[in-house]
Amino acid sequence: MSAIAEPTPKNFELLPKDGDGELLEVAMGPHHPSTHGVFRMDVVLDGERVVKLKPVFGYLHRNHEKIAEGTSYLGSMPYTDRLDYFCSLTNNWAYALAVEKLAGLQVPERAEYIRVITAELTRLQNHACLIGFLVQDMGASGTPLMYAFREREKILDLFESLTGARMMCNYMRFGGCRCDLPDGWLAQAQKVVDEFPKFIDEFENFLSSNEILMARTQGVGVLPRELAINAGITGPMLRAAGINYDLRKVDNYGIYGRFQFRVPLGDHGDVFDRYMIRVLEMRESVKILQQALPKIPTGPIIDPKTKLRGFRPKAGEAYGRIEAPKGELGFYLISDGGPNPYRYRVRPPSLINLTVLEDMCLGQMIADVVIILGSVDIVLGEVDR
Amino acid sequence: METLEQIKAQIEAAVPGARLEIIPNDSPSAQRSLLVAAENGLAVAKFLRDDPELHLDYCSNATGVDWPEAELTEKIKVKKVVDGVEKEAEEVKKTVRPAYLEAVYHLYSMAKKHGPIILRLRTENRVEKNHLPSLTPVWRSCEFQEREIFDLYGIVFDGHPDLRRILMWDGFKDFPMRRDYVAPDDYEYEPTPHDDVLEKAKQHRAQEVKS
Repeated sequence: MSAIAEPTPKNFELLPKDGDGELLEVAMGPHHPSTHGVFRMDVVLDGERVVKLKPVFGYLHRNHEKIAEGTSYLGSMPYTDRLDYFCSLTNNWAYALAVEKLAGLQVPERAEYIRVITAELTRLQNHACLIGFLVQDMGASGTPLMYAFREREKILDLFESLTGARMMCNYMRFGGCRCDLPDGWLAQAQKVVDEFPKFIDEFENFLSSNEILMARTQGVGVLPRELAINAGITGPMLRAAGINYDLRKVDNYGIYGRFQFRVPLGDHGDVFDRYMIRVLEMRESVKILQQALPKIPTGPIIDPKTKLRGFRPKAGEAYGRIEAPKGELGFYLISDGGPNPYRYRVRPPSLINLTVLEDMCLGQMIADVVIILGSVDIVLGEVDR
Repeated sequence: METLEQIKAQIEAAVPGARLEIIPNDSPSAQRSLLVAAENGLAVAKFLRDDPELHLDYCSNATGVDWPEAELTEKIKVKKVVDGVEKEAEEVKKTVRPAYLEAVYHLYSMAKKHGPIILRLRTENRVEKNHLPSLTPVWRSCEFQEREIFDLYGIVFDGHPDLRRILMWDGFKDFPMRRDYVAPDDYEYEPTPHDDVLEKAKQHRAQEVKS
């Protein structure tokens, strides 16, 4: 490889220049408790105000894409669980959808219903926990997060009885799902869904009109609409900025076209809107689940003729995307007709949503950087891949 | 939305001298793409974003693909005259595909809710002519993704505001996503930023053993 010309990247000059001696450079992370693991921000402060902020990635990088290019199509399915380890079922779905587009596979009705149900359950537990983490970052130590985790526990129990694993589900397959619902699962799920609005009401009673939460979040970390579109922000963060773009409506992938639900939109694009959008999206997810659970048909969950092992799609390429809880999760696959994908690319919503982190933080207090980052909703397994 | 052929014609009308080519896709997804010559890349991107009909305001995905030099075999039917009788015979035609790196952009419209339009830009080769125009000035969402392509594939994006490694560490040589990248046997021997730290620790340990 010595023949390759050496590109000369200009290292970003983070150190303050001579003359403004009052500036202070702080490395927030990788061990800062608010950074969800291993994320670093190099922040330059003027007093307590942020004048420059550069995110630093790569602490958890394992070259997921290269590993996936060295294994079979099916072999990458369990590995997608590790991208956003909070929402393994939506990761499975995004990958399965891309492969189905590439190979032209049809999904049976029952499997489509199971996919919608598991994806919406995933969204419920992700949003509940995110709010818990966000409030924890604001200093409400422990209690709200534990309330959220109590609900998450119930949903993870459902995942465990369905897939055998609580977090690394590895459940979906190309053209369907791995196994059928166990006896009594639907009744159990119905019970969890019926009880969920009570939890949201309780949560909202404590938080939504809380004076401290409003003081800390309103007008903080405002994201302008034009910037949100141009920077490719997706998911609740985009909708909090007031842009109506939900892939469940736009692409109608799966069977989302059959359900009645609304897309909540924000007005100001600040941290409070991002908090509120997630509360409202949980209510919409409950609505979808209430429609999907009673209507689930009987039938096969996968075409038995689908050849999963030794799966070789025709040469070509496909880009499949879904509305994951964190934003648009896409998979781009190029096949050369072989057993492994020639190119396997994950479009990570968490990484791309961080593009505007600096824009949102400039001029804010250092304590607010923590909540702005919390409201972006990142998981480092996906950011660094 | 218009077909890809119509869009191609529109671009050719708006950007004089633009060299475009439609890349077919035989798979069931049928997502065809538009190959744009590198020198027209920025102008075409600006047109696609600002055209009121297309209004592709959202670049969802930007990624690299590595295509090393390869010998492509293609079976073609040739008519041959054998002993005075015309017969159809199959012949294997071999072509050499030159090596290049490719950047692929998936464009959508948030305002009009259509897409995707797929743009491809190709470098001249994989060694020293590995430059492409950066589309970050048009779509900010390319900022981190182009840094990632630079980091993992070694495409240098001219006009990128802050092009440096993003996932690998700054002292890293080589580009790990290329097809011919060979991973070292033992990652411990990679020059990491911690090398001098480890050296210090070793000396420290030696002193401890002495005392």
